[in-house]
Amino acid sequence: MLKLLATIASKPSGALGLGLTLFHLALAVLAPWIAPFDPTAQNADAILLAPNATHLMGTDTLGRDVFSRVVHGGRLAIAVTFTAAVIATLWGGFAGIFFGTVGGRVDEYSMRIVDAFLSMPWLLFLLLIISIGGAGPLTIIPNLGFFYGVAVLRVVRGAAMQVSARDFVTAAKARGEALWPILTREMFPNLSDILLVEGAMRWSWMLLAFSSLSFLGFGATPPTPDWGLMVAQERGLLSTAPWGVFWPCVALSSLIIGINLLADAVGKALGLDRATAVAV
Amino acid sequence: MPSLILRRFGFAAFTIGFVSIVMFAAVEALPGNVCTSFLQRFAQGPRLERCIEQQGLDRSALARYGDWVAGAAQGDFGYSLKKRKPINELIWERFRNTALLGGLAALLAIPFAIFLGIAAGVRRDRPLDLSLSGAAMLAMTVPEFVTATALIYVFAISLQWFPAVTIVSPGAGFLQMLPNIVLPVIVLSAVLIAHIMRMMRASVIDVMASDYVQMARLKGVPERQIIWKHVVPNAMIPALNVIALTIAWLLAGVVVVEKVFNYPGLGTLMIQAIYDRDLPMVQAIALIFSVIYVGVNLLADLTALALDPRLRRKGH
Repeated sequence: MLKLLATIASKPSGALGLGLTLFHLALAVLAPWIAPFDPTAQNADAILLAPNATHLMGTDTLGRDVFSRVVHGGRLAIAVTFTAAVIATLWGGFAGIFFGTVGGRVDEYSMRIVDAFLSMPWLLFLLLIISIGGAGPLTIIPNLGFFYGVAVLRVVRGAAMQVSARDFVTAAKARGEALWPILTREMFPNLSDILLVEGAMRWSWMLLAFSSLSFLGFGATPPTPDWGLMVAQERGLLSTAPWGVFWPCVALSSLIIGINLLADAVGKALGLDRATAVAV
Repeated sequence: MPSLILRRFGFAAFTIGFVSIVMFAAVEALPGNVCTSFLQRFAQGPRLERCIEQQGLDRSALARYGDWVAGAAQGDFGYSLKKRKPINELIWERFRNTALLGGLAALLAIPFAIFLGIAAGVRRDRPLDLSLSGAAMLAMTVPEFVTATALIYVFAISLQWFPAVTIVSPGAGFLQMLPNIVLPVIVLSAVLIAHIMRMMRASVIDVMASDYVQMARLKGVPERQIIWKHVVPNAMIPALNVIALTIAWLLAGVVVVEKVFNYPGLGTLMIQAIYDRDLPMVQAIALIFSVIYVGVNLLADLTALALDPRLRRKGH
């Protein structure tokens, strides 16, 4: 683990990714101690103040301290997307290993359904579900987890097919080992690298998706401090008070870029080339 | 060969059928129904009865699904609850506007991205490649609404070259729409270019390492000819798949970008319909987007089939 981190940090892009990700995670955890103001406290006497010594990033339309809101703004997004990324990696990874190992008819027919799922624009489907089940994290987590899991499944299944053709798996099958031990003891250890990189990459795309949903008004609910929502709320005053939009944009983009760079660096350090992978 | 083409069509039809069932079932699974969800606390008495009659909710789910699909196939998507009009009357102009936006973005982005991908792949790890790849990473990871907001700040507010939001009516002509479309097209193309360029670059690098390119080099074929005759055509095939996938992104990204610029397309209509809890409208637009998406994938599959003789052999 330490060796892996050292390899990642040895390249500038990897070091930047690791740094940005750790910085944001620390910020999210320590937010209540860092923020000088309550992120939801409104102050009618301090509306739309430009950045100054008390309000480092100014205040918004309701007189809330932008710095305190930016510091808190990643907590919900990180919690939601990290949970969803774990769900996606677990179920997509397990199903991918399973189908890649058993092969045959079961695999063939299941992949037809997987392909059908991959060929629907999932964001639109998610919007349909939101219009039925209402917005908010409880609708979004299982859906992000499911749809990104389908993409993970596809990638992991491809890798699992290659692993299952190797001699030690054939040997295990010949020994008469049951399916479960083959999946967990022969297949999984050889695919955990891919799962890790896939999970990290999907996490960064999920952050992008969640913040877009927040921006559209279907993610975080006011008055929760959330970067996407903050941009949506303060956007109308872009010409007179750009600080309310600028800082959430910087925070959000730097986190997504950080995780993305980190995932790329982890992949390279583990010897997996992700240059050809696509965001789906 | 004809059977292969038929199979591709068959899969497209299967996917559209599957998607329509999932979409219909998702709405069926909701507690209550389309009418109670729309009317909320007013869902009682004559209002509810009128709504149920208008939406035909007194019939079985199977009959309604059949009607929905058969109607949609003929361009009849039912009745909008909020606007109280047939949906097909409301979506036509919006569809045209979205097609204009997405079409222009794809038309600009695809050739440009392919060219940049070749340039980056040929000069692997040199300054041009590194800066292009870095820019692509930025364009892929920065959310569209952030890029759009930055562009609005620079080009609409500071320089005042283009309008920040669209204020023309959905039915406006092409020339009236043009100034409004520039910034959204730039935002959409940036992401498209990034994805396609990355794939094209990887694909070019892959082909450059192949035996037949080595062979051509050994024979003394000029580098320019190697690139355009041997590398580019072979690198195009895997890139096609990615082009189709990025179109999928384009359909979702269009929703966000339209909302940022208040562009009168299907995306803004869909978002508004979700705010209004107008489920028949949401279903209709989601179905239209899915059909376009499946159609684009089919087109990419067929083009790959035409370009790559290996795919036409048995076993594929």
